[in-house]
Amino acid sequence: MKLPIYMDYHATTPVDPRVVEAMLPYFTDKFGNAASRNHEFGWVAEEAVETARKQVAELIGASPKEIIFTSGATESNNLAIKGAVEMYREKGNHVITCVTEHKAVIDTCKRLEKQGCRVTYLPVAKDGRIDLDELRDAITDKTVLISIMAANNEIGVLQPIAEVGALAKEKGVLLHTDAVQAAGKVPFNVAEQKVDLVSLSAHKMYGPKGVGALYVRRRNPRVLLSEQVNGGGHERGMRSGTLNVPGIVGFGAAAALCRAEMATESERLRGLRDRLNEVLHRNLDEIFINGSMEHRLPHNLNISFAYVEGESLLMGINDVAVSSGSACTSASLEPSYVLKALGAGDDLAHSSIRFGLGRWTTEAEVEYVAEKLTSVVRRLREMSPLYEMVKEGVDLSKMQWVTH
Amino acid sequence: MAYSNKVIDHYENPRNVGALPKDDANVGTGLVGAPECGDVMKLQVKVNPETGVIDDAKFKTFGCGSAIASSSLATEWLKGKTVEEALAIKNTDIVEELSLPPVKIHCSVLAEDAIKAAIADYRKKRESEGAEAPALAGAQPTA
Repeated sequence: MKLPIYMDYHATTPVDPRVVEAMLPYFTDKFGNAASRNHEFGWVAEEAVETARKQVAELIGASPKEIIFTSGATESNNLAIKGAVEMYREKGNHVITCVTEHKAVIDTCKRLEKQGCRVTYLPVAKDGRIDLDELRDAITDKTVLISIMAANNEIGVLQPIAEVGALAKEKGVLLHTDAVQAAGKVPFNVAEQKVDLVSLSAHKMYGPKGVGALYVRRRNPRVLLSEQVNGGGHERGMRSGTLNVPGIVGFGAAAALCRAEMATESERLRGLRDRLNEVLHRNLDEIFINGSMEHRLPHNLNISFAYVEGESLLMGINDVAVSSGSACTSASLEPSYVLKALGAGDDLAHSSIRFGLGRWTTEAEVEYVAEKLTSVVRRLREMSPLYEMVKEGVDLSKMQWVTH
Repeated sequence: MAYSNKVIDHYENPRNVGALPKDDANVGTGLVGAPECGDVMKLQVKVNPETGVIDDAKFKTFGCGSAIASSSLATEWLKGKTVEEALAIKNTDIVEELSLPPVKIHCSVLAEDAIKAAIADYRKKRESEGAEAPALAGAQPTA
């Protein structure tokens, strides 16, 4: 087993060597601009892009013409939300999203609010899912867009997208979903889920960084977007800019591999994830899973280790790459807003660890991480005043803390 | 975030982890911070009433590596100091010794607060000698 162990596949994934292989010719021999219509170099690049477009489309049950390549999912989210709101301005100015969305959605909505849009941020229940009745109640005749993620990047919780899609259809409102964490990992189909706009990212599915896509429905209804990047009119005018051919080729290859291997890969990772969960629960008391275990990505686990602070935990397992919702690990010095939204209390957000398993996670790694984490949690609890107080019978919630 | 070697050393080999009998008249206990803020320190001193010198110091900390290191270092420094000398320890001394980055300065502030709270508790006990001593200074169960 090689150290350090990577168990942070929600942050990014290594590029699959088969994907790298597919990309390489497009850096050198086949370097053409896909928009060069009048020579061989351009035709070769264009053909490669169209193959990739088909591969990405097939992963989500779309038609190739409905795939717009972007620089990544942040751009896709921006284009979907700003583009739709701008395009359908005459219909209304109301957007519905959710408090646990990725910052690329939340901050885009915040920007629209400053420009006079009204945005409803739906809360989530303790399991991390939105309430469909609350969504129904939030829809008005001014609602132009609903943006709800398929799977959450911190807690891996799957939102009921098909139900949201059915409701959106019934109300005649467009539905955008950030499917960055779900696509390629769990079945996702634009027809079954009844979505109109879908954001995808290559580097979360063993493809390269710097390339993403936006699915834009062409039929029932035909969705139009105001372009956010002006220029040469690439990508059906929705996203100008010379195409990142090697990146797109890699994205296509990565999508094809995910599609072919999803069933076996997700079952294998589910087994490993459940094993990790089981060992941790067997070894330690007072640990809590954040979010629904039932409606969850098979390769995600997010656990709070009560009475132990997340950053100190990470420090103790410095040969394992995972993430924490602790404030100390975030740039904002605030604990994870996703975990806070679950209503479990800031203290548990500070104590959380996100595990993201992936294509190269092994059983030996899972055993190592579980045992190592167990010993670090035990050691830190021995030096935790909170753990000591709880063992003495003090109710921490009844303490008056001296905040600073 | 990269830690200084001293922070890593205190994290891996914390000095003086543990608890002193909090009902002992010569023991002062300080509990500062809050769980929802991500750090809580409990620092205890045992003072020789004859000499006013801190004979022993213990800590327990819930917090990041820098918070653990700050309190570990504080207990190391407290031992052998008089109460007056202990009160002269400044958070900036801790920042300097551990090479704490700006985002971790609050850890050193918390350690200084913990020292002051522990000594305040000790002094309170000495003043009301004979009366039942409060269990903890700084934080009290409300009900």
